[in-house]
Amino acid sequence: MIDMGDEKIHIVSAIVENKPGVLYSVANMFRRRGFNIDSISVGPTEQEDLARMTVTVKGDEKTIDQVVKQLNKLIDVVKVSILDPASVVTREMALIKVHSSETKARSDIMNYVEVFRGRVVDISPETLMVEITGSSDKISAFIDLMKPFGIKEIARSGITALSRGSKSVKVEE
Amino acid sequence: MTKMSGAQAFIEALKRQNAKVIFGIIGGATLPIYDVLLDSGIRHILSRHEQCAAHAADGYARASGKPGLCMATSGPGATNLVTGIANAYMDSSPVIAFTGQVSTHTPNSSYMIGRDAFQEADIIGISTPITKYNAQVKEAAEIPHTIKMAFYIATTGRPGPVLIDLPKNTQTDIAEMEFSDGIEIRGYKPKYNPHPLQVKKATELLAEAQKPMILAGGGVTTSNASPELLELAELLMAPVATTLMGKGGFPEDHPLSIGNIGMHGTRAANQLILEADVLLAVGTRFSDRSTGKLDTFCSDRKIIQIDIDSAEIGKNLCVEVPIVADAKRTISAIHELLMKQVKKRKDSVWAIRVKEVKEQLLNNASNNGGNDLKPQFLLKELRKILSGDAIVTTEVGQNQMWAALYYKAFKPRTFITSGGLGTMGFGFPASLGAKVACPDRPVVDIAGDGSFIMTEQDLASSVEEQIPVTVIVLNNSMLGMVAQWQRLFYNRRYSAVKLGRVPDFVKLAEAYGAQGIRIGSIGEFSKAVKKAIKSDVTTVIDVPISPEENVFPMVPPGKGLDEIAIG
Repeated sequence: MIDMGDEKIHIVSAIVENKPGVLYSVANMFRRRGFNIDSISVGPTEQEDLARMTVTVKGDEKTIDQVVKQLNKLIDVVKVSILDPASVVTREMALIKVHSSETKARSDIMNYVEVFRGRVVDISPETLMVEITGSSDKISAFIDLMKPFGIKEIARSGITALSRGSKSVKVEE
Repeated sequence: MTKMSGAQAFIEALKRQNAKVIFGIIGGATLPIYDVLLDSGIRHILSRHEQCAAHAADGYARASGKPGLCMATSGPGATNLVTGIANAYMDSSPVIAFTGQVSTHTPNSSYMIGRDAFQEADIIGISTPITKYNAQVKEAAEIPHTIKMAFYIATTGRPGPVLIDLPKNTQTDIAEMEFSDGIEIRGYKPKYNPHPLQVKKATELLAEAQKPMILAGGGVTTSNASPELLELAELLMAPVATTLMGKGGFPEDHPLSIGNIGMHGTRAANQLILEADVLLAVGTRFSDRSTGKLDTFCSDRKIIQIDIDSAEIGKNLCVEVPIVADAKRTISAIHELLMKQVKKRKDSVWAIRVKEVKEQLLNNASNNGGNDLKPQFLLKELRKILSGDAIVTTEVGQNQMWAALYYKAFKPRTFITSGGLGTMGFGFPASLGAKVACPDRPVVDIAGDGSFIMTEQDLASSVEEQIPVTVIVLNNSMLGMVAQWQRLFYNRRYSAVKLGRVPDFVKLAEAYGAQGIRIGSIGEFSKAVKKAIKSDVTTVIDVPISPEENVFPMVPPGKGLDEIAIG
């Protein structure tokens, strides 16, 4: 949860039916009610007929309350939780393609990658592709460091998150 | 398990839901269904525009409390339903729409979904924000379960429209069909019982209240909570105001009834709500048209809100005691607890004040001697003519607000109007649906000329299908409500509101084989209405009124309920 006055970033974790059209109806609800999606990531869960959507939303308490209620109203949304920022693991993954034709640049980038515990996943004569995982802040910091070298392309996955410990957002079978 | 076609399964599934009537228009993508429908025993009423079919289904649902069904073909048929579905969504009406669709796969042909086939429209994409639920059938075998889901979702919890899209090949494909009894949807579990702690809090507030008031919304009618509401109001001696959707939920001939609140509410209701110290709001979403400026609406009073939809709590207003539950059960629970704590407060200062305000601020509408026919007065006359169980529908605009102000509704489901969406053209097809649901009761559409003209073509359906209703056209050759706003807020600059030469409604009715009557006096009006409600053919009564006539009282848009203008 990042403080921005009354408006904060909240992480909403929703378990939804894993079938076509559900992402559309969720996204449509956000758009139509004027809620802002900061990032969204979707993937299957341990139950193959369910998917998890992790949505980061900017807003005050009242807005987030409505987001949760409106999500719950959608028939294909099975369970919704706001993840407690004090006990949550959040991760984002990014692939970053950087110019690296100069030898000096290449070794500098490699050093940064090591410090950030990233990985070089592709090399061409002109570019390096770096995979980096972590909090969104960490990824943003890394991207800032890469800017002077010249960034060619970035792909960010959006945040995904799970509660720490035995707590879970799960649908009982 | 039975082997049959998707179309047969569809009709079988409808029968299992006890469906009696479908309003619709056939087309290429629904041919297989209509073939089975022909000798199914389910009545099909052929509309003359799909919008009419959706509104008729809506009128049927609101008059009967049962789901209303409509059907259209793919593409333009489906998109023509959209206004009707949006209307049902805003007013929480259980309309179930079925649409044909191009096939999911067609060997050696491009007539399939996603290839912009003839009459293909993405009705699922289009209807998502205006349905409670929608789904496209992917395989014939899904049909029994999908139809069951549609009925279950449309009619439970907070009701609302559901759309089911049926690709043509799923109608013709043969499959083993399983019709199960139960239904379990893991993402949908409506809660009906109120939380005891919230009931206790609400009861305490009401017991301590010096000036309690009740605001009844459409939810009272939906949950059939009128008898319980009446008991509670009498115990508390609390005046009861209604929203537009709530009209009829509390008998307006009762001494505690103070009429509608809001932009065109009664002076009594808008005055008393500002004096109340505790407001019990039942099944209302606090629409801007009901509350006016929220600061004024809320100031100095504690609000208890009962709503079955948790998303309505805190959406427009933050309240003292929210209760997410069925209105009927909650009011009962509050009443039961309250009985132990308070006695009837017949002679309280508040009860006397309510009576006084009601008397002082009565809506006086007399036919003030001139030649003009006053719609206000006509509507009071109409009330005298119609029986208590007669159903009135309205169009949208001045006709609707005059009806809300001057035509008193005594029973639930007898005042049917497009509250949320404000759909001109709703009233007439809705009246046909209501008449089909309640064939033994008079059904009258209070219309304006601008609205009636939008769906007037369903006169053909009413005549062909022998659904006799009465349409009272308050005819001012104007888009009257907008003209009123231009008069009041745009310095009388009339832009695009003069309809000029409206059709001769008597001739128009006759052209369709209906009856047309033009009246010129109050006496003629009463005679015409009496004749119309006895007629076995639809009657259009053309009532010329002055284009200068305004709807008052009025709270200007964006103002508080205390800033009411009375004319």
